[in-house]
Amino acid sequence: MSSLTATAVGAGHTGQPPRRVPPTPSTRRLRADLLGLLPFAAYLLFFLAVPTILAVGSGFFDSAGGLTLDNITALADPLIVATFGNSIGLSLLTAVIGALLGALLCYALLGFRADGAVRATVAALSGVLAQFGGIMLAFAFVATIGLQGLITVWLRDSWGIDIFAEGAWIYGLPGLVLPYIYFQVPLMVITFLPALTALKATWVEATLTLGGTRAAFWRRVALPVLAPSFLASFLLLFANAFSSYATAAALASQGSQIVPLQIRAALTSETVLGRENLAGALALGMIVVMGLVMWAYAVVQGRAARWQK
Amino acid sequence: MVAGIATAAVLALALTACAGDAGAPAAGGADAATATSLDSFGTLADLEAAATAEGALNVIALPRDWANYGAVLDAFSAKYPDIKITEQSPDVSSAEEIQAAKTNAGLDTAPDVFDLGLTVALANTKQFAAYKVATWADIPDALKESSGLFVGDYGGYMSIGYDSSKYDAPAALKDLLGTDYKGAVAINGDPTQAGAAFAAVGLATVQNKGTLDDFQAGIDFFSELNAAGNMLKVDVTTATVASGETPVVFDWDYLNAAHKADNKNWKVVILPGTGYAGYYNQAINKDAPHPAAARLWQEFLYSDEGQNLWLAGGARPVRADAMAEAGTIDETLFAALPDSPSDTVVPTEKQSTAAGELLGKNWATAVN
Repeated sequence: MSSLTATAVGAGHTGQPPRRVPPTPSTRRLRADLLGLLPFAAYLLFFLAVPTILAVGSGFFDSAGGLTLDNITALADPLIVATFGNSIGLSLLTAVIGALLGALLCYALLGFRADGAVRATVAALSGVLAQFGGIMLAFAFVATIGLQGLITVWLRDSWGIDIFAEGAWIYGLPGLVLPYIYFQVPLMVITFLPALTALKATWVEATLTLGGTRAAFWRRVALPVLAPSFLASFLLLFANAFSSYATAAALASQGSQIVPLQIRAALTSETVLGRENLAGALALGMIVVMGLVMWAYAVVQGRAARWQK
Repeated sequence: MVAGIATAAVLALALTACAGDAGAPAAGGADAATATSLDSFGTLADLEAAATAEGALNVIALPRDWANYGAVLDAFSAKYPDIKITEQSPDVSSAEEIQAAKTNAGLDTAPDVFDLGLTVALANTKQFAAYKVATWADIPDALKESSGLFVGDYGGYMSIGYDSSKYDAPAALKDLLGTDYKGAVAINGDPTQAGAAFAAVGLATVQNKGTLDDFQAGIDFFSELNAAGNMLKVDVTTATVASGETPVVFDWDYLNAAHKADNKNWKVVILPGTGYAGYYNQAINKDAPHPAAARLWQEFLYSDEGQNLWLAGGARPVRADAMAEAGTIDETLFAALPDSPSDTVVPTEKQSTAAGELLGKNWATAVN
């Protein structure tokens, strides 16, 4: 194990890097490079940076256009705090479940040939299902386990089981967990499978040759190697759930329990007027959370990248 | 029938009719954008000519299954085939209508006319052009802004619709708390967002020994309903009613009545005792890209034909009493409306604002 680590790490740190020929780029060449980057930079500016600044900026103004900190301080309102709690809790829970189930699925897939039909099918399906969110998914759930859903009615009529005996939880916060897992697991498969397949067979052989066991290989080689990838995938899942909106909007109409729904309420309410700028403050709160996640993701990915060469 | 609502609504407008400032005098000519009545154009034929010349009308937030709007839009198109109606975002809220007007100001795509709940109408009078339709005198004073910035058009009572094949008619509000209605009771939207849902809490308030000054009694009722496991939190649509997903629904009587088309067992009750009424208002965007067409649309809505179309949708047209007197109302439809309650309330702007704040604070936790 130790020798393995030393080799892998050493390759990057102490090994002699390949001699580079000092580049002598002409300024023309450099400009062409920048020019090539321009469409993407413009895209980022107009579709990400400007809208973000405008949205977040609006949180610092009142409805008359004067500067104010009221919206920011409103973030401390118990209801808003609870909403952030709900959002983070829901995202954490579905990310944990999604990451574990997805990782198990990936592990199961290792049993199949890398270029076989099973892996190709599962990979393709995961790609589709990871994007099968929003209103379609919500209605799929209403049709299957809604109050009059196929499964609900079948359970009730054939088995006498009423899954909604305690009330229609499917349309509240608990009801969001299932649909969220539905798109979290495939996303985990997409992001985690490459890391798992990068485990080299030679590492197992090396462990066994050095007198280790299979269990030791998993405990002392595979898990430490996979941990950063797993964490990074987990953070991605968290971010995915945290920013999810349409599924919840279509399923739960009361109470706006998660932050994106609160933002909608602040923007579109026709009964509680004049809170449009609170939406900007809420967006700022979301960006702070997402920023932290992205930062952690980058740090973890940096570690994971070493093993994926 | 309308008189009951009108009397109650007097307070709502009398206390808040502060919007008379924008009543700019109409230019005598044919400047459609500043015309405040038909006189500015000459005759209805002149207005029709001006609107036809514009050739287009942008409407927003008019769901086709809401108060018979589908038939209204079709009738207008049939009468004026040369005016092309663009139906924008049918499902957005009143607040979003105003946002659309502000974001699209100066563009051809801006909405020409608005259909608004009273709270949003009162808060946005600066966005409206004053206009008095030809039938202005027929409209009860309580239901129109005095200079014509916005005018009540169709309304009704908060009611409970239910699938009579599965549930008994609720005779009182507290019946809904019983085990018979397990997981069955929905309201149309979130009261911190949608006017109809807000009104449902209003009705629960006055039926639960409260007054409109304090919606807490209504919030408490829904909190109990939720604790009993009877409250459904899914959005009510024609589809959820048709599939039986939402078998008991709080909504305006004319919206509940429309569900009979999808479910023949659907029945509507207006609870005895104090009723809760509300009117939706028409207004013209002051930056309307098609100002003449916007005014023609209003003339059409307040004509006998337009008013009877509301009636066909189960809503109470604002000119109903005057039309009944003149004999121009569709008597069969008028008689078919459910009986109005003995007592009717409509919240004032102040009560609405206070209720909105209270709901914003307490609703989410009450129904969690």
